This record gives sequence, C-alpha cells and structure tokens, in this order.
Amino acid sequence: MDSHPISMDFKGMDIVSIRDLSKEQIDEILDLSERMIPYAKGERLTKALDGRILSNLFFEPSTRTRMSFESAINRLGGRSLDLGNPSMTSVSKGETLADTIRMVESYSDAIVLRHPHEGAARLASRFSEKPVINAGDGAGSHPTQTLLDIFTIRRNKGNIDGIKVAMVGDLKYGRTVHSLAEALTIFGAEMTFVAPPSLQMPKETIKQVEKLGGKPKVKTKLEEVIPDVDVLYITRIQKERFPDIAEYQKVAGTYRVDVSSLREAKTDMIIMHPLPRLEEISPEVDSTPHAKYFEQAFNGVPVRMALLMLVLGGEL
Amino acid sequence: MKEFKVTPIRNGTVIDHIECGMALKVLRIIGLDGDNVQSPVSILMHVPSKKSGWKDVLKVEDRELDPKDVDKIALIAPKATINIIRDFNVAEKHNVRLGDVVKGKARCSNPNCITNLREPVEPEFNVESKNPPVLRCLYCDRILDNIADNLI
Repeated sequence: MDSHPISMDFKGMDIVSIRDLSKEQIDEILDLSERMIPYAKGERLTKALDGRILSNLFFEPSTRTRMSFESAINRLGGRSLDLGNPSMTSVSKGETLADTIRMVESYSDAIVLRHPHEGAARLASRFSEKPVINAGDGAGSHPTQTLLDIFTIRRNKGNIDGIKVAMVGDLKYGRTVHSLAEALTIFGAEMTFVAPPSLQMPKETIKQVEKLGGKPKVKTKLEEVIPDVDVLYITRIQKERFPDIAEYQKVAGTYRVDVSSLREAKTDMIIMHPLPRLEEISPEVDSTPHAKYFEQAFNGVPVRMALLMLVLGGEL
Repeated sequence: MKEFKVTPIRNGTVIDHIECGMALKVLRIIGLDGDNVQSPVSILMHVPSKKSGWKDVLKVEDRELDPKDVDKIALIAPKATINIIRDFNVAEKHNVRLGDVVKGKARCSNPNCITNLREPVEPEFNVESKNPPVLRCLYCDRILDNIADNLI
C-alpha cells in the first residue's frame, strides 16, 4: 500500500480554487486520500508531518472544516496553531489580511484560511511564500469541500463518468455548488439541477457546464428526478433568501426528503449534503443505506490529510 | 468630417469610432466632465460610420490626450482610435489596446471582494474577451459588471 511514492509536484502549491487543478491533479489528490483513510480512522498511525505546523485562520465560524483540518494535521503527526476568535486579535484593531498573513507565515509551514470576503485566499497566497489552502472565502470558492464531495461519489460509485447527479435546493447563491457542478462535469457526470426558479443555477454556470461538454437538465420537481438519479446532492435552503416566511416554508417543504419520497429511488442511490442540515432531510433517512452525508463529513479528514501531505511534501 | 457640419479642430484630440452611446462615458474617464474643461469639446453622437453602422466621436480642442488614458478607453470603447491633431493635421494616430490583464484601472464590482477592503493590493482582472470587454476579477473570480461605472 505504501509502495507508491507521493508526488512532489504539489509541494509549496496553493489550493485556492478547484479551477486551478487539472483533472489529473484532482485524481492524484483523491488517490492519496484513499490511502489516507486508515490513518484518518486511527487504524494506522503515522508521523509523516512530524514537526510541521499548520496555521488555522478562521475569520468566520466553521465546525466541520476547521475540526477536520485539525484532525488531519494531528493524524499526520503535525500540530496546528489557531487564530482563535478574530475579535480578540490584532484583526479587531484593523490589521489588514495581508499583514496578518505575513506574520502568520513566519510562524508556520502552511496556512488554512476561511474568510468572509471573496478573493481573500487568492490575496493571502500572494503575500505568503508558504502554501495557502482556501477553506472557504465568502460566497466564493471552497475547493476542499469540492474535493471531498467528488471523493465521496467516487468511493461509493467507483467511477464518476456517466453517473447521474441531481443537485437540489439553493443552487443560486452557493458558489460551492457551482464549482462542484463544473468539476463533476469534467469527470463525466450527467447533471440535473432541481430548484425553485428563484434559486435555480445561474445561467453563467449552466453555460460553463455546457462548455465543458455537459448537457445539464433544469427541473423544479424533486419527485420527477428521484427514480432516475445515482446521487442526490441536497443543499440547505436559507430562510433569509425569502422576503416572505410563508413562501420559504412552501419551498422548503417541496424539497424535503423523507423515507416515503425515496420509495422510487434506485437501491444504490446515495444522498449527500454538505451539512449542517436543517429540515431538508428527515432524520428517518439517516438509517437508510442511501444516507452518505456523515461519511461525506468524515471524508473531509482523509482528503485534507492528502492535501497537507502534498503541499508540505510529506512521506509515508 | 465635413458632412457632420462640425468644423475641424486646429489642435487637440479626436477620439473616433467610439461605440454608440459611450461618448459621455469616455469623456468622464478622460476627466472632461466637470469644471476642469478650459477648451471646447464637441460630442457627435450616433453618426454614420464607414467601418460599422453607427458611432460616436469626441473632439477635444487644445488638449493632447495622455497615453495612459488610452488604455482606459479600451475598457469601454474597444474599437476607438485616438488622433492627435496639430495644426489641422493628424500628427499621431493610436488604436486603443486592451492587454491580457488589467491592473489598477477599475475596481471590482463585487462589494464583498477583498480588493474593496483596505488591503495593499490593486484590483486586477483577467481579460476574457476584448470586444466587448469581459473582465474577471483575479481575486474573487467574478465578472466585472458595468465597467464604465467602476473605472478608477
């Protein structure tokens, strides 16, 4: 298992946007993620990144991304430095992100950044010689989420080419679903976008998917697509997108998945969700073989371990 | 130009082949829309063009356009030509040019883009198409809306 060498091509590389990565590079990251699974589960131990320090800069609340990065660096024998609450740091005194990055870079070997403003990770990568990994910038990119989503599909389906993926819910505002739709198209998935007209996938993304060779379908009714798809990717519909609470409740109710709505589903259809979920998936679905969203959340650890290994040049 | 009943200028700049309706915006980016104008400016809007249908033309007397403004004009009038006139003759002729990257000439139209904060960077865009100009922010990855209103 450990006989394959780890690519050194990624060493020092920033991971800012999934668009910066080629299909081959994504495959390489996912192959290494696969090898990381026993380490991510604690079944095997490694000191591959012993002595390395990762700075976790989270300027916005995050549960899964922050904790899975911490778990990842710890599982690899490295350590993490945490920015802590931004309101207790020099950021609250008005320090620019550029200055914060220049300081933090001198304390650590790599930087993970979550920031409320789009483009923050690209800016950070320009001020840091050390690799910067984007852990979400505003409504912008979240490449590690995209990677773990693709990884989850690949693990469950073996291959992505030709599988049918329906994305459901708020497809308009979340740029992570836009980049996921593009990335899955590159891997040959057939995309269907299911949303109310006010939250449907932007035309720009649909055009981009078509440019990449996809023939995306646009639907409003969830029940129409369930019998046909291999992957149901559900996203949270946010209350604040609706001026009227009654309208929100109507829409949210239409896109809720429960056991009865899955009667027509293929037996091996999988349900994914980036979490946190609210009402979109009924808890009774959790115990069905369709539910893969907690496995998806776990997959954040091996995928982030693989990225840290690659950008820091770790060896197993 | 005789057919337009606008007299030729002795000295100054003629900006020709401006996209229809963009003449006033071009005036604004070259800083000739306020109280600072000390010489006559003629604006011809919607006049026939031999090259392509209709166009706008600007004539600014007694002022030679700064070459650094030329690139800005490319952002809103990519087919424009700049003629420097001396003693009724075209002394210099420039086509506007849009490079592959536009830096420090426009701000990002995404209010949540990091470049709109107090950060020590100039806004920078990749030019995805030159005519019409389509600019994508190098930082937030958004297409710049309404270029004319976001010029610096």
